[in-house]
Amino acid sequence: MHSILKTSLAALVAAGVATTATADGHALSGELRIISDMSNPAPRAVMEKLAADFDAMHDDLTVDLTIVDREAWKTQIRNALGANPPDVVNWYAATRMSPYVDAGLFMDISDLWNEPEMAALASTKGAMTLDGKQWGVPYTYYQWGVYYRKDIFEELGLTEPATWDEEIANCQAIIDSGRKCYTIGSKFLWTAGGWFDYINSRTNGYDFHIQLANGEVEWTDPRVRETFANWRQLIDMGAFIDDHQSYSWQEAMPFMVDGEATAYLMGNFSVAAFRDGGLTDDQLDFYQFPTINPDVAPAEDAPTDTFHIASGAQNVAAAKAFLLYVTSPEVQSEINSGDALGQLPVNAEASVSDDKFIQEGFEMLSNNASGGIMQFFDRDFPAEMASVGMEGLQEFMVFPDNLDDILARLEEARQRIYQ
Amino acid sequence: MFPRPIQQQTQARQIGYQALLPFALILWLLPLIAVFIFSIKPDADFASGNFWGLPSSFEMFNNYGKVFFESNMPRYLFNSLLITVPTVIGAVALSAMAGFALGIYRFKGNLLIFFMFIAGNFVPFQILMVPVRDLTIDLGLYDTITGLVLFHVAFQTGFCTLFMRNFIRALPFPLIEAARVEGISEIRIFWYVVLPLMKPALAALAVLIFTFIWNDYFWAVVLTQGPDAQPVTAGITEFNSQFRAAYHLMSAGSIVAALPPVAMFFLMQKHFIAGLTLGAVK
Amino acid sequence: MSSVTTNGARAQRGWYKRNEIAITPWLFLAPAMLFFAVYVIIPIGQSFWISFHQWDGLGEATWVGTANYERLLGIGEQNIDRKFSVSFWNNLKWLVLYLLAIPMGLFISLFLNQKVAGIRLYKSLFFFPFVISQVVVGLVFSWFYLPNNGLFDQIVGLVGIDIKGGMLGNPNTATYGIIAAGLWPQTAYCMILYLTGLNAVDPEQVEAARLDGAKGRKMLWYVILPQLKPATFIAFVVTIIGALRSFDLISVMTNGGPFGSTRVLSFYMFEESLSEFGFRMGYGAAIAVVLFFIMLFFIVYFLWSMYQDEKGGH
Repeated sequence: MHSILKTSLAALVAAGVATTATADGHALSGELRIISDMSNPAPRAVMEKLAADFDAMHDDLTVDLTIVDREAWKTQIRNALGANPPDVVNWYAATRMSPYVDAGLFMDISDLWNEPEMAALASTKGAMTLDGKQWGVPYTYYQWGVYYRKDIFEELGLTEPATWDEEIANCQAIIDSGRKCYTIGSKFLWTAGGWFDYINSRTNGYDFHIQLANGEVEWTDPRVRETFANWRQLIDMGAFIDDHQSYSWQEAMPFMVDGEATAYLMGNFSVAAFRDGGLTDDQLDFYQFPTINPDVAPAEDAPTDTFHIASGAQNVAAAKAFLLYVTSPEVQSEINSGDALGQLPVNAEASVSDDKFIQEGFEMLSNNASGGIMQFFDRDFPAEMASVGMEGLQEFMVFPDNLDDILARLEEARQRIYQ
Repeated sequence: MFPRPIQQQTQARQIGYQALLPFALILWLLPLIAVFIFSIKPDADFASGNFWGLPSSFEMFNNYGKVFFESNMPRYLFNSLLITVPTVIGAVALSAMAGFALGIYRFKGNLLIFFMFIAGNFVPFQILMVPVRDLTIDLGLYDTITGLVLFHVAFQTGFCTLFMRNFIRALPFPLIEAARVEGISEIRIFWYVVLPLMKPALAALAVLIFTFIWNDYFWAVVLTQGPDAQPVTAGITEFNSQFRAAYHLMSAGSIVAALPPVAMFFLMQKHFIAGLTLGAVK
Repeated sequence: MSSVTTNGARAQRGWYKRNEIAITPWLFLAPAMLFFAVYVIIPIGQSFWISFHQWDGLGEATWVGTANYERLLGIGEQNIDRKFSVSFWNNLKWLVLYLLAIPMGLFISLFLNQKVAGIRLYKSLFFFPFVISQVVVGLVFSWFYLPNNGLFDQIVGLVGIDIKGGMLGNPNTATYGIIAAGLWPQTAYCMILYLTGLNAVDPEQVEAARLDGAKGRKMLWYVILPQLKPATFIAFVVTIIGALRSFDLISVMTNGGPFGSTRVLSFYMFEESLSEFGFRMGYGAAIAVVLFFIMLFFIVYFLWSMYQDEKGGH
């Protein structure tokens, strides 16, 4: 159904980047089967073009692309990798890879990482490494941070907060003006994970956060409680919109567009949605999550999306060539540009889009994330811990008084999961 | 007749009843009426909070056009059809034969096998889920229409056999005796004597199974992924993420998805109800 | 018959002919039994087997004995699995409240059991909700329950009730909201069962009872309901099964949330085995087995009633 036909137009565009992939000199042939989860409109167009271009570059190769719903793919990948697997699939970096690595469903592509071209991806290598081997390549990443209504901040005479005290003071002023400080839609839980990542890493540092993710610290530890105490300050002020547990992240968007809430802790993918919702760049701006504990270096959430080769892949040569193609500087510049994915390229030689949010994010991650890069709650924590954990975080946001019970539950889960 | 026919009551009560009927119906179908109104509203109505009022403009053709031409809906509808029709044929055929065997013949284990079919039909889906999914993957039928059809046929056979066997039991047995005396083979008795008498049961089951399978969501989620094989019930949730909070398009999609079983119901109402109410009267 | 058949063929036919009555039922049963065994009977056994293992569904399974059950039910030093107990209690709520469909269905069927112009159309339109997929029903009701914009929230707002988080966002009300959505099609089903049952009520008995002065509730209780017993029985069975199978609505309306308060066993099982973060096939299988035993209770009851009927019949 979704096999992409060769089009002469695609060939024209591809001509400029046709050199890297066939580096080994062999002509690729047969069929390359890709299952992608890039189902939202803009990513979908990018993926379809990638497949068409790669197809057009190789006369004897047919690229067969299937795009599945991004949410659905999270549960379907294990079936897809099981019997008659495709050659290339999309997934996420870090611990999120481990079920498939442990089960031997992802191919070890450490050899590919030894290719000279991959040197430009060195900064992402850690996120793709488990057990000392590399299991895939990244194709894009994006910063997280606070997107806010600049016009409302100006109206209230507020500036971007750099410290937690400023943050609280700003928030109080916003609440006094009859608005909420933050919109959030926690129905699908992960948005609460972002808040935890930031408050915990700002309170206790990156290393502590990763120890917690690795199950080395108890959830009932006083340092964890400190994180929740900081978070609770905002909750008790009424900083978050009401009923957020009923909304998805998109359904929470109108609160900010309508000006009922002034900021949103989100990934950069939300910029497109803000603009679609009618906010102009004069109204929308971005700041890094403020410092809480001045003694810890700032760590940032910058989730990486990836491509992997299935261990049962039929056309490994073509799959590897495709991975090299996707990570090449030219393709990276193109697919991450403002009118395509609008995110950050993983290749250091690629050019960063001049979109103001992408520039700002790039600047922040390059110069002001000395603490470390987190992949995100549901990618750093093992699957089961992430699921129990995010449910607890959502409950905390609605019923902060239940904290003791929630932490006891998470601790019980930790003891079972990491044993 | 109970309750007492309204015609035997006062004029006022009769008028009151006649007036109450449409009112009660509208109340009862309010959710459906709401979806229909949603489906002809423009997007702007939802943005401005006009959820439950009248549409500010009539966007029926626009919305339904988008559903049919700019989404995977047609593909999902077609899949549903490809899943439902073979399942109906398969399950009805298998259960007609099984029902014949269990209804006509006396042999050891008859009742046991019959009860096994009934019990299996009531089993929670979840206890079958993992093994059936693994079996389907092993057969190379994961994410195919065939994989889904095979399972549905097997599972629905339980219910259909219950139905068929009881129906055949109620047929006049002397007819079969007479045929046997004439030396007609058992297979011919099934084909020429019993099957023609079973037409109402076949029709009733066919419409019923059609509706059940069309509306199946659980197995669609477990055994398929993506637009290549998924039926419309699972597809509509994809639709959900494709047009987030686009209530007007999701409503239009829901209505389109609901139409085939509704049409089936209205066209074959008599059979449908006969099937559903089997056993409700002695 | 022609006379050129060979001896062998004649012997074969002879053997088949002699045993035709005994063999035919098995021939007819074979395909259905094969399908049913492969896809229903054997998988039940397999699930029992899996439930004694720890298995992520990808690699090798490890035998763990009854550890999954101990963890689930909190046997030994561990506490009962909270998600399990929440699911179990929600299942009970479903079982009890879903049965409301039976009296509600009876009420509507009594209301509609008249012979006036257009009543047939009314009856079919009242039955309408049952024909629609639960996915659609779930979507519609979740819009109906939306906080602020939902019609439900606006209506209860008029009488001064404000459900914090909205019907589906509040852990105290969410399950009831979903059950109410489920009751809508289920009531329609019970209604049609009773309408058919009422059709078959013996008019002479009714007239006789009327002459004896019975009417209204008394008539319903002593004369009509006993005659509707078969309909009530079927309604009971299908409602119980429907209650225990509640998956689609939960999945569409709340996905088990908020904070897992709307989980039921069937949903929890799916979540543990196949959802985004679920890799515990063995544990999931153990939940399914527990659910199976709950259902078995009703299955046995149903089979027992049928067995009584069979003994009474033929």
